Amino acid sequence: MTTTSPAAASSAGAASAPTSASSAGAASTSASSTSASSAGAAGREEQVFDRIEAFRRRAPRLRDEHVTLAHGAGGKSSQALLEAVFLPAFQGEVGTDQPDAALLEPVAGERLAFTTDSFVVKPLRFPGGSVGDLAVNGTVNDLAVVGARPLGLSVAFVLEEGLAISELRDVVADLAEAASRAGVAVVTGDTKVVGRGAADGLYITSAGVGAVPVGRELGASRVRPGDVVLVSGALAEHGMAIMLARGNLAIDADIGSDTAPLNGLVEQLLAKAPGTRWLRDATRGGVGTVCNELARAADVTVVIEEADLPVRPVVAGACELLGIDPLYVANEGRLVAVVPPDEADAALAAMRSHPLGSGAARVGEIRREPPGIVVAVTPFGGTRIVDMLVGDPLPRIC
Amino acid sequence: MRFVDEFRDPAAAREVLARIRDLAGDDRFKFMEVCGGHTHTIYRYGIEHLLPPGVEMVHGPGCPVCVIPMGRVDDAVFLASHRGVIFTTFGDMLRVPGSHGSLLDAMSQGADVRTVYSPLDALRIAEDNPDRQVVFFAVGFETTAPSTAVTLLRARAEEVGNFSVFCNHVTIVPPMRAILDSPDLSLDGFVGPGHVSTVIGQRPYRFVPDEYGKPLVTAGFEPLDILQAVAMLLVQIREGRCQVENQYTRAVTEEGNPAAMAAIAQVFEERPTFEWRGLGTIPASALRLREEIGAHDAERRFDLPGVPAADPRACQCGEVLRGVIRPWECKVFGTACTPETPIGTCMVSSEGACAAYYNFGRLHREAAEALSR
Repeated sequence: MTTTSPAAASSAGAASAPTSASSAGAASTSASSTSASSAGAAGREEQVFDRIEAFRRRAPRLRDEHVTLAHGAGGKSSQALLEAVFLPAFQGEVGTDQPDAALLEPVAGERLAFTTDSFVVKPLRFPGGSVGDLAVNGTVNDLAVVGARPLGLSVAFVLEEGLAISELRDVVADLAEAASRAGVAVVTGDTKVVGRGAADGLYITSAGVGAVPVGRELGASRVRPGDVVLVSGALAEHGMAIMLARGNLAIDADIGSDTAPLNGLVEQLLAKAPGTRWLRDATRGGVGTVCNELARAADVTVVIEEADLPVRPVVAGACELLGIDPLYVANEGRLVAVVPPDEADAALAAMRSHPLGSGAARVGEIRREPPGIVVAVTPFGGTRIVDMLVGDPLPRIC
Repeated sequence: MRFVDEFRDPAAAREVLARIRDLAGDDRFKFMEVCGGHTHTIYRYGIEHLLPPGVEMVHGPGCPVCVIPMGRVDDAVFLASHRGVIFTTFGDMLRVPGSHGSLLDAMSQGADVRTVYSPLDALRIAEDNPDRQVVFFAVGFETTAPSTAVTLLRARAEEVGNFSVFCNHVTIVPPMRAILDSPDLSLDGFVGPGHVSTVIGQRPYRFVPDEYGKPLVTAGFEPLDILQAVAMLLVQIREGRCQVENQYTRAVTEEGNPAAMAAIAQVFEERPTFEWRGLGTIPASALRLREEIGAHDAERRFDLPGVPAADPRACQCGEVLRGVIRPWECKVFGTACTPETPIGTCMVSSEGACAAYYNFGRLHREAAEALSR
């Protein structure tokens, strides 16, 4: 909501401009009737030039209610959009020099982490968040799970001609708020506009640079048989929230996205369980897919105790009705952690003491045989393979 | 969903499993679960490895997606690609390969194909798009036929002229008879379909014990339902009985659902013959729209090619559907034919025996036992 006040202020200022200009014009007309000297004519011309110059210096005003192709053309309309919508949200200063690249200052000796992601979710807003939240949290979380502290984010927008400016403002406000919640600045960005029908509302690509503190090592190669698998909270909330928000299912349930920045949770976890082997945020494809990636990368078996998976009854019910396995449903604020057995209790306690990890649970362990696969032990006592997801039951969820 | 938990109770499962072990002893039994939903549950809960080695479950033809022949998929792709058509379908038909690609392929070429969860959704799309022809791809046994029937009656009552149904509804009894007649299979009994039976009741299955001397127990879809049905089959065999019994009493009655059957009868009539994937042409085994509602029949409205297409030669879906071979015994299972690039229908639907086995079951008994300890 930080954008509304500066944006409103700047448009109010701009709105007063034509009024003063026309009253000045009226004054000059009356002046011309009293004096006809050539020096007076030159002075008047000078006045007009001055006025034009002053007018040109004024911040371009965003009059449009919808995005037009002109907003992407790099001219005055683009400037208007930038100065009325984006800069106020990201605490940029209107009228100052906007360099082509941001300069970041990493600590000497730290490795840089660099990641990018595109966000094309439909609908743009959904219970628990919007594409703006996802664009920040998705990238912050990708940095967090390699152990990096975020240094700065970029956001690039592709807008569809005809998008309501108010909708864009809301998304940008969410994005700014999410960045401030994650404690990271949006340091650079870009906007392009494509013709109606060439995109669906708006797409965002974000990228992030982070720094990994010296001595911090996370990776699948460090995972060992006997290690313990934890998740940071209730699963499948984001994917089911999106599915229900699309409204083409006659199901009504109180499910909201879990979108959240995990960098704070990761710092707390690593402080209490420094031996943590591997972390991954369980986004598209869910915990099932993430565990498969681990099983293959580390050449181990990931055994999941299905009864221990934290899934809220309302989410489990919706999944059951739709025939979807919660293990494959996307999360946007949950991570999977593999920790050594002697740090499992400390890791679980550390996550649970963080607001975003209060629902953390121990869900399985790493075995040696058979390598490369994920197996779920069902509450019924049987076992089944948890394979990589085939196809896409829920397209465009992030 | 709380009410289902008691049917997933591990303690109760252990009890039934112990009874099954006692009843089976060292003898060997082969039971067919007719319904694809049962196949899914068996692999989803690892039941195959919980049963004693002598009790083998054979997967039947009751997966609606799996039994649709290639020629009908080609007709669906033809309809979907027809100019001005919005083609509506259940999601699991999208990936079924026809002889020139699937509906998903047609979508990538510009066809307007939309996934729906109910035929009523398709009718609503028709109402919202009066200038487009909207076709619903109706598949399924007597389970889904009533909802198609009700939708058609509503379309007629509300005069939704741009809505039609491409009907591929089939009936459960004829393929069961075809399997019982097939010489290459020896079964000791059936786990009868649950959802279909909520509609048709128990009566239609009496021919199974009466004419073929095999017991049948209708079962629900929770893991405990299936174990109980297996135990009931073994009890019948040990007591020398051979009957139709009902394990799924919380949903299935002797008479079924007369209102649903009436809706089916009002809208549909038997086709003289229908081609089943893997089972060949079976007389009086499928439904088509009656003349009175023919205005909403896509087969009457559009000039469909209707060309029968032979299955790829490597594909052994037919033998899998008849229970003659197990999924992994197929020549192309898991190599040329996978859920990502299915050759046969059994690898497409989550209820297909091959997909269920590939996705959930690829574990040796010993490995499964070691992991669940």
